[in-house]
Amino acid sequence: MAAVLKRAAIQNNAASPGKVEFFLKKSLKPIVFLLCLAPLMLLVYGAFTNSLGVNPVETMTRNTGDWALYFLLITLAVTPLRQVSGWSGLIRFRRMFGLYVFFYACLHFLTYVWFDQYFDWNEILKDIIKRPFITIGFVCLLLLTPLAVTSTNKMMRRLKKNWQKLHQLVYPISLLAVLHYFLMIKADYAEALIVLFILCLLLGYRLLKKFRVIS
Amino acid sequence: MSIIIKKPSDIKSSEITDQSTYLNRRKFLKQSTALLGAAWAGRIAMPVEAKGNDFPGVIKSSFSTTESINTLKEITSYNNFYEFGTGKRDPAKNAVNFKPRPWSITVEGEANKTGVFDLEDFINPYQMEERIYRLRCVEGWSMVIPWVGFSLAEMIKKFEPTSKAKYVEFTTLYDPERMPGQIRRVLHWPYTEGLRMDEAMNPLSFMAVGLYGEVLPNQNGAPIRLVMPWKYGFKSIKSIIKIRFTETQPPCTWNVTAPKEYGFYSNVNPEVDHPRWSQRTERRIGANFWEPKQETEMFNGYADQVAHLYTGMDLRKYF
Repeated sequence: MAAVLKRAAIQNNAASPGKVEFFLKKSLKPIVFLLCLAPLMLLVYGAFTNSLGVNPVETMTRNTGDWALYFLLITLAVTPLRQVSGWSGLIRFRRMFGLYVFFYACLHFLTYVWFDQYFDWNEILKDIIKRPFITIGFVCLLLLTPLAVTSTNKMMRRLKKNWQKLHQLVYPISLLAVLHYFLMIKADYAEALIVLFILCLLLGYRLLKKFRVIS
Repeated sequence: MSIIIKKPSDIKSSEITDQSTYLNRRKFLKQSTALLGAAWAGRIAMPVEAKGNDFPGVIKSSFSTTESINTLKEITSYNNFYEFGTGKRDPAKNAVNFKPRPWSITVEGEANKTGVFDLEDFINPYQMEERIYRLRCVEGWSMVIPWVGFSLAEMIKKFEPTSKAKYVEFTTLYDPERMPGQIRRVLHWPYTEGLRMDEAMNPLSFMAVGLYGEVLPNQNGAPIRLVMPWKYGFKSIKSIIKIRFTETQPPCTWNVTAPKEYGFYSNVNPEVDHPRWSQRTERRIGANFWEPKQETEMFNGYADQVAHLYTGMDLRKYF
């Protein structure tokens, strides 16, 4: 996992002249890479300093899940932001953000498997079959896996047109991820509604583009 | 036993705690709580049972468990009290300025003695007891809490409920200015809860006005709350302003909000899952999380005292 992320981080796309471009190419990506690790670092720091609250497992589960979802929104925001702002350099961060979705989703699942079920695979299986919100979360993780695996340049070249088709899976995944979030809530939907609103904007933009309502 | 029921106008001003005394008391409480927090954060060696002394003459109850008690920090920093916000840490933050006194409690419905009572008069007649109870939240975590208070049954008897009184309904204060969580309608305010009369009259049913020997902290339901140790935590309604004896089953907030998920009874039962998660195990707050969670017991381990209340009932149907 770390190796894939690292490769993504040091990945350089098209060469372009100019000092700003040079800075973007050489420094910005590693900086963003490290920033994306900050939520995990804060969790690790919190675990060592005993500051994750009195139910650290709940904090870890919530946090990793939240960040998987936030990175999903960030990833989906790259294309609209690039098109609206005209800053084409943004595209070089998309793969990294996408891999961070997978990274935090894996940590989220690991927290559940380890500290919620303590590797009781029988219970885990029952949970996945029986509880819709866990079923949906698990499906999200399953669907994210091929996207992470085929994120390399090599796979991109090998899959050609199919690569794009495959990676359009991110749209159903994003809807399922937000549904997973909604189904877990007891009463307060405020945060989930904000997430849903942002997702609607990001997907709505694409629909408007597709049907040529906006150019 | 004679019953002294006073209207607020009957209370002599000398009986009311002078506000400066009251504020000093709160200040002292706040300082001692802060000290406890600092002690924990700095890991200063301190006795396991930090005891306040707000209830001199409190007696220890034989209903208490001998399990190790959760720390005051755990009990007061991890709360479900939506009146002060939906996050677990919200109540500790948002209830700081809540003033639980003066406070009055209305008793009404199917009883001979009803009326409006000042809190101090309301709790005065009872011998304060410390009861160390397990608390199991419907979300799958649990704590062990040293409550201070009195028997609900004793309290009910004083009001002489009539033969029509089949249920007791409790209502929490509704005042969005004092309880900022009520500004948004995340639940159907005011929060209400209810018990069948025989449940309420069970010796385990308890009214708490303190914990750890101190006046009940705001985030734990000050100034007076219910404690039903064999039921999921949300049945133990906080900051009570009204008690009503009724002939029909009263509406209960979570039951009204999500009837398929939270039943009227809401007894702790490892056999009956919440639709979204299993109730078989629980995480004891403060326990080592590298080790598996503990098994949840039927009626939260109080089956000997309460199982008879539900004989012949299908607990899957009446969950």
